[in-house]
Amino acid sequence: MRRRDFIYLSGIGAGALMLPNLGAFGNPINPLQALDGIDVRVKKELADAALTVAKAKGASYADIRIGRYLNQFIITRENRVLNVANTESFGVGIRVIVNGCWGFAASNVVTKEGIAKTAERAVAVAKANAKIGGEPVQLAPQKGYGEVSWKTPLEKNAFEIPIKEKVDLLLSTNAVAMQGGANFVNSNLLMVNEQKYFASTDGSYIDQDVHRIYPAFNVTKVDSAKGSFETRRSISSPVGMGYEYLSPLDSEKVTGVTTRYKKRYDILEDIKAATQQVQEKISAKSVDPGKYDMVLDPSHLWLTIHESVGHPTELDRVLGYEANFAGTSFLTLDKWKAGNFNFGSKQVNIVADKTQVGSLGAVGYDDEGVKCKKWDLIKEGILVNYQAIRDQAHIIGLKESQGCCYSQSWQDVQFQRMPNVSLQPGKSSLSVDDMIKNVEKGIYIIGDGSFSIDQQRYNFQFGGQLFYEIKDGKIAGMLNDVAYQANTQEFWNSCAQVCDDRDYRLGGAFNDGKGQPSQSSAVSHGASTALFKGVNVINTKRKIG
Amino acid sequence: MPILNKEEAQALLKKVLSYSKAGECEVSVNGSEGGNIRYALNAVSTAGDISTLDLVVTSVYGKKAGTATINEFDDAALERVVRRSEELAQLAPPNQEYMPMLGPQSFADSITYNANTAAMTPDSRAEMVAKSLSVTKAAKLTAAGFLENSTGFNAVMNSKGLFAYNKGTDVTFSVTTRNEAGTASGYAARGFTDVSKLDTLTATKIAAGKATGSVGAKAIEPGKYTVILEPVAATYMLENMFRFDARTAEEGRSFLSKKGGGTRLGEQLMDEKVTIYSDPFNPELPSATWGGDGLPREKTVWIDKGVVKNLSYSRYWADKKGVKPLPGPANIIMEGGTTTIEEMIKSTERGILVSRLWYIRMVDPQTLLLTGLTRDGLFYIENGQIKFPIKNFRFNESPVIMLNNVEALGKPERSISVESYRSYLIPPMKIKEFTFSSLSDAV
Repeated sequence: MRRRDFIYLSGIGAGALMLPNLGAFGNPINPLQALDGIDVRVKKELADAALTVAKAKGASYADIRIGRYLNQFIITRENRVLNVANTESFGVGIRVIVNGCWGFAASNVVTKEGIAKTAERAVAVAKANAKIGGEPVQLAPQKGYGEVSWKTPLEKNAFEIPIKEKVDLLLSTNAVAMQGGANFVNSNLLMVNEQKYFASTDGSYIDQDVHRIYPAFNVTKVDSAKGSFETRRSISSPVGMGYEYLSPLDSEKVTGVTTRYKKRYDILEDIKAATQQVQEKISAKSVDPGKYDMVLDPSHLWLTIHESVGHPTELDRVLGYEANFAGTSFLTLDKWKAGNFNFGSKQVNIVADKTQVGSLGAVGYDDEGVKCKKWDLIKEGILVNYQAIRDQAHIIGLKESQGCCYSQSWQDVQFQRMPNVSLQPGKSSLSVDDMIKNVEKGIYIIGDGSFSIDQQRYNFQFGGQLFYEIKDGKIAGMLNDVAYQANTQEFWNSCAQVCDDRDYRLGGAFNDGKGQPSQSSAVSHGASTALFKGVNVINTKRKIG
Repeated sequence: MPILNKEEAQALLKKVLSYSKAGECEVSVNGSEGGNIRYALNAVSTAGDISTLDLVVTSVYGKKAGTATINEFDDAALERVVRRSEELAQLAPPNQEYMPMLGPQSFADSITYNANTAAMTPDSRAEMVAKSLSVTKAAKLTAAGFLENSTGFNAVMNSKGLFAYNKGTDVTFSVTTRNEAGTASGYAARGFTDVSKLDTLTATKIAAGKATGSVGAKAIEPGKYTVILEPVAATYMLENMFRFDARTAEEGRSFLSKKGGGTRLGEQLMDEKVTIYSDPFNPELPSATWGGDGLPREKTVWIDKGVVKNLSYSRYWADKKGVKPLPGPANIIMEGGTTTIEEMIKSTERGILVSRLWYIRMVDPQTLLLTGLTRDGLFYIENGQIKFPIKNFRFNESPVIMLNNVEALGKPERSISVESYRSYLIPPMKIKEFTFSSLSDAV
């Protein structure tokens, strides 16, 4: 997950937070503009023009993405709205294969002439690179779908909700925190709409309308006498839904030490709890380092799954394509070929799924025109598959792509990105209370915090938002300064129990970073609360000055 | 078309402003063109050529601001974008932190543009990558790398008479070299304003040397060690510290907040050898001479011989506190010393040479405690000599604590952060008692 975007967007510790980085998110526009998609007939005509030029210039394959990417950001702190920004980014990206080598070019000039020039530039790039040599690109076959479309299932288009309603919700949220004794509070609402049209020389013309939303806050309590401060972030999740995510429903709540949320989020309830908890955090007991049994809530575990399962099963990393930046993977091909690599305990079943309703990764087709699907990655603890795109499928003996290709915008080239990767719920009936009852010395973690993992995904360290000590089967109070360190394979083999599907929830991120130039991707990870035995916990308290 | 010169930009912005009916209006135009090559497994994997040009208009009535953009440039489109921003301003809630636009300012010309870099083509990029690959192919290593160049400009004008323009170029290169068995890895990264300073052959040879020297790495116990951080490692670690923001410090939620209230301004927070400043005219690392708030950028010392010398103030916060606004750093230069890395090794009884750090994240913003890992070349030093390569470690350390433990500094070098790709001028440094907390099997 990328750090910098998160800092920009959440405003944690950012005094001068204003408009997020425009380079990454497009340009501000009027909120009342650009809601209607562009006529598909126009897009098809433009796409055909590009594909014709590319073929005429020597491309053996070509695809074009005509994309309009809309974002709306509402950024507030305490009783103030710092920014309401609508951004739009519109343009085309054209990808070609010439002489067995990829070339890509992009431009914001979306006219037939502009597109023709861009196609020519893509061909020139491929020709220049083909001179360097290397294995020719081998694409898995993909039938053309003709003219098809897909839209995120949603009840309320967030872009159509009046700005005032959204601003009022955030300011009411902030007011709860300030009335509750917080020193500072930041809250943001991020909305994304990707209107993307894909066409390729295979004969696909795919029109998609993708929506995502992310409400978040961060509440701060300062103890200036002690010279310390604590924060508690929202335990909301970014989701592939409309504004209905912000309409609370009791049936979508999970009660316990703090209320957590499934497909509907109650921001006013969460901020109230957060304001009390941040106060508790200030005076919470500093953890004694050592081995603990960890009970990890889905609002926390999603990030551990993302970093330690999602990334190492990306085939491009396994093969070495990410070696210079994100790194490679310890899940090398020989481990997969052996068919018995013990990734985790028998309780560990992990699936990749680009079809899950409400998830961030759900689309109809990926960014190279492959219909989305679901498959096993880890089955009863054994590594059984990876995540692949068209030019990698043959390497793992697949006859078709798994549909994992994505680009963050029209101006970036598409490449292999993580689908939703989720831990399947336990098959036997098991509640969180039942799980905690059997823990003698443990820590219960809710919410994600600091995260770091090595370039082959062996050694990781995670923090969290709320830490509760478990003593002899009971929650004994709040802890602070907790982080756990583990080796991925040892950690997943220490997984003793997973709660049943009543506890299953999605977590996720808007800003999974990968590639050079680095691109962001949005992805969800589902889980039920899980128990990991004998994990190493460190104390993170330090003193400066 | 994407790169307008000063006169073209000025004429365009003037025309756009002529359509404005708002109380205040700011218009800006920015464009870029450039390209990249990415390679892996000793062959090109992806490459691109990208150009963009955008116009941004902000209209303001009182404290209500609205912003709209367009990427079409005929007269009708220009008027339309101004009207849109005015409509949005009427819809927006007042921003209590909004500051009135500035009048004319004088800005010195920057030295951020270089014609050599601007002239790069897909073919010149491919040639530079071919040189890098020639090294790894000969050494039977596998290379994965990235070369990216860009030329960009931005210009801003407002209804109170402010006009500013800047044009700049940048090229970055990084390469990872691994042996066939996957048991050793090396790395090099470079960033320049002028591409003629970029030597992909030599950089790749350095990375290859790290890889071949890393074969047979042994595991040693984690703990506190004297470390010698090469500039690329030190840069990434320190990048997390370069926010010298007054507001968060005064609010009590920064490493620069003082116990009992106030800030650490004037406090000796680090070793006397540490001086950190910004300077738009540094020839090795130039920056624009104006910032997003329309204020000129000047040389600013942030840490002077270990003492916190300045904190940045936004125009809003400066107004509230009755002080002069001070833009945050656009570039960072850390003064160095005269000790070479070889001399640092020679003077070390027991220590570790660190080539690169990876996946650094904040653990505690109060103390700037960071965690991350070593990567691509870690070597054990004993009695003044490199003894053998060692396996990677995870660390938990604060750059503030680290800069209190400085034993020696070398000559500052321009290096890039391996995560943000921003350039910095940072010296190699010898640090005592650096905390490694666990072993990693990663190569």
